[in-house]
Amino acid sequence: MPGIGTCAGEPAGVEPFAAALERHGLSLVRGEITTLQVNTGYLCNLRCRHCHLEAGSDRDEIMSRETMAAVIAFADRFSFPVVDITGGAPELVPELPFLIDGLAPLAPRLMLRTNLSALRGAGRESLLALCVAHRVVLVASFPSTNPSQADAQRGAGVTETSIAVLKKLNEAGYGMEGTGLELDLVSNPVGAFLPASQDAAERKFRADLQRKWGIAFNHLYTFANVPLGRFREWLLRTGNYERYVKMLTESFNPSAVDRLMCRAFLSVSWDGFLYDCDFNLAVDRPAGGRKVHVSDVRGLPVPGTPIATGEYCYACTAGSGFT
Amino acid sequence: METYYDPADLGTFSEIGKDAPELAKKFFDYYAEVFKEGELTEREKALIALAVAHAVQCPYCIDAYTRASLEKGSNLAEMTEAVHVAAAIRGGASLVHGVQMRKIAEKLSM
Repeated sequence: MPGIGTCAGEPAGVEPFAAALERHGLSLVRGEITTLQVNTGYLCNLRCRHCHLEAGSDRDEIMSRETMAAVIAFADRFSFPVVDITGGAPELVPELPFLIDGLAPLAPRLMLRTNLSALRGAGRESLLALCVAHRVVLVASFPSTNPSQADAQRGAGVTETSIAVLKKLNEAGYGMEGTGLELDLVSNPVGAFLPASQDAAERKFRADLQRKWGIAFNHLYTFANVPLGRFREWLLRTGNYERYVKMLTESFNPSAVDRLMCRAFLSVSWDGFLYDCDFNLAVDRPAGGRKVHVSDVRGLPVPGTPIATGEYCYACTAGSGFT
Repeated sequence: METYYDPADLGTFSEIGKDAPELAKKFFDYYAEVFKEGELTEREKALIALAVAHAVQCPYCIDAYTRASLEKGSNLAEMTEAVHVAAAIRGGASLVHGVQMRKIAEKLSM
């Protein structure tokens, strides 16, 4: 039986995800699509150990202005209540302001993922001003309130920079009551273990961030690390792979399947092709089984359309799930 | 058997119910109830368990409650401080018996 991942020589045999669904009498199919995720590319100033896309400063795949225009036209042809811009580090993509300007009038909720450190530096003030002007929701990676653990995942000194940027965002009104500027945090576990429950983690992060650094935010989301890319390599190198995969499969929660994010989600790659989610993008498993460019899409997948799955999907169904 | 402690044995803990199932059931039911959120959160209870695991030097418990503490949202700084609390109590428990030693010595001494 295959293990989780795409490479040969898998050390851990697991039940295929599709078989686990079948055993529970379930199928993973689309509901109504509400969210368009736009991946602007794999260029990043960090090399996080949990990154399933293996983003880094050595990656040159970034979204061109031409592809952005195609994505904007796509979002204009179809209605997406939520558009979620991600990367790599979108801030490093030169034409990002063009993308934000184009998408903001089309989406009631426009989100921009940030690793925070990429928001610091020359020219970023104008990007922040653009986000404020369009009421862009900022979704910032902040894995742990313990700097040594956060830096172990993201790189030495990243937490210090992140805290400085969070303070600056608060000063700009982000995360502050009554401003309408939403600042959300995302915490991925800093190792081979499952995340804390979202509610409990949010309470604790809120107290810790306020007490230690006087920082405020709106919501915190916790997600399990997906054993793909650099995280998978780390699991294998450190001898954690088998136990992690076993834990994910043993934590399979059938009731999470119906609420999985991918059911309402479409992901566009940096070069403009459609995927069911960012993890299928990481393994180049396109939506519908073939690569379709946003310029060529005539209709969105209808409810009931099957979603491509892989064994890494266990990371989204573990515990309370990636919902 | 190469060592007395095998991490895989933790997964077979429930087999302790063989030959005494009613006692085991009572224990495991009680155990599960203890760790549910009450006046203390599940995270706080896991942290206490981690500290106690070090005080009683149980490798199974250290393994289980290191993972549980991380998964309940404690960070490594908090977990390290919890172990220091266990160490302080253990060390203090030794040291405070010095009071007895001194009392006895004083009684025996000129």
